Amino acid sequence: MCLAVPGKVVRLKDLDMADVEIGGVETEVGLQLVSDVKVGEYVLVHAGYAINKIDEEGAKEMMKLFEEIGELDEIAKLRENDEIS
Amino acid sequence: MRYLSEYRDPTIAKKLIEDIKKISKKPVKFMEVCGTHTVSISKNGIRQVLPENISLLSGPGCPVCVTANGDIDKAIAIAEAPGVIFTTFGDMMKVPGSYSSLSEKSADGADIRVVYSTLDALKIAKNNPDKKVVFFAVGFETTAPTIALSILEAERQGIKNYFIYSVHKMVPPAMAALLNLGEVKLDGFICPGHVSAIIGSKPYEFIARDHKISCVIAGFEPIDILQSISMLVKQVENGEAKVEIGYKRGVSSLGNTKAQEVMKKVFEACDAEWRGIGVIPESGLSLRTNFEGFDASKIFDVDVPPTKEHLGCSCGEILRGVKLPYDCKLFGKACTPENPIGPCMVSTEGSCAAYYRYGEVVDGV
Ligand code: SF4
Repeated sequence: MCLAVPGKVVRLKDLDMADVEIGGVETEVGLQLVSDVKVGEYVLVHAGYAINKIDEEGAKEMMKLFEEIGELDEIAKLRENDEIS
Repeated sequence: MRYLSEYRDPTIAKKLIEDIKKISKKPVKFMEVCGTHTVSISKNGIRQVLPENISLLSGPGCPVCVTANGDIDKAIAIAEAPGVIFTTFGDMMKVPGSYSSLSEKSADGADIRVVYSTLDALKIAKNNPDKKVVFFAVGFETTAPTIALSILEAERQGIKNYFIYSVHKMVPPAMAALLNLGEVKLDGFICPGHVSAIIGSKPYEFIARDHKISCVIAGFEPIDILQSISMLVKQVENGEAKVEIGYKRGVSSLGNTKAQEVMKKVFEACDAEWRGIGVIPESGLSLRTNFEGFDASKIFDVDVPPTKEHLGCSCGEILRGVKLPYDCKLFGKACTPENPIGPCMVSTEGSCAAYYRYGEVVDGV
């Protein structure tokens, strides 16, 4: 439950929000806990917020790991089923 | 060692295991405090490749598992209050309280919704101004700052119908409480990676200093964990006790100071009840008085019957490292992930679920 997953910042939005691609799915993520994030950079995402910046190579390798654990699938499923309304 | 290609390299794993075997002489007990570590250790069969003198115990590192029955009962009562939309992380749905679970109440018609983050809960509050939206705030230091932000955001946007029911807990006080109980003699802690991404390595220093117990912060790959074990073994064999970071790509010694500030602004430490351990002073997080208006425990005056523990469930002892899942008579018989009796079988990061899923065979502690 305290697992954080890496994602790539696709778009910066108002109010410290950004669209972040996690496991092929774009998700809106809060950037309030990190500083100076730019489009194309990678962040560690936990419960809807970026909790740290990470470098690209590290992020890509971590993504492979989390895909295996199935965590990314779970997030994608939750989004696709639109259980959040 | 930084990247996965190396974490996965079997020759590195083999070398680490050989190193551990070579240097490890004393019988030692290490506790992994993080549920995600428990899963990784079980999944990768790490216990089985270690020399016999090294035992790994799972500790109170799954926020779902350590939530006290009484807190679940109260959450359920709030979820049933009129005009409430109750929001929660999915992991909490099936956890049995004394008499029922959120999932059962949802089937009975209570408006309970699974969310991925507090951002979603806030959206629900905005879209349903005539309802009271309560978020079940469960988690350790990794999650607490994200929930603190939701309070600040609700305040900024003037959202008056958003509340949290906080059962937040902090990891280092629980580690100290276990040592003070003295039931298991531990030699080292494998410290949680993502809790430490927020708090850094400093909050563990008193454990090394005052309790003379070695601490290594670990990542989640099998090689991360093996490397942390070898670092712990080296400390023990050298007669040292210090805090080391084995997960440098995620953790710095100071942690995420911005997140710490947000947390401090919104929450203050309070005594909290942990399943199986009891009340640990200053181990929880409650909303500061200036945010009281968001505190579901103050807003909802719910009455719950006395709590009832599940007969025969050993979750409490497992969370204290006194028993292993196999020591529970119900394990795999009356209690399975399909029909869980205790939270350690419900949560994907619970020890019982991890042992069940990966069929771990371990000798007694
Ligand atoms: S096997 Fe089930 S009943 Fe036994 S300790 Fe684990 S969760 Fe509790």
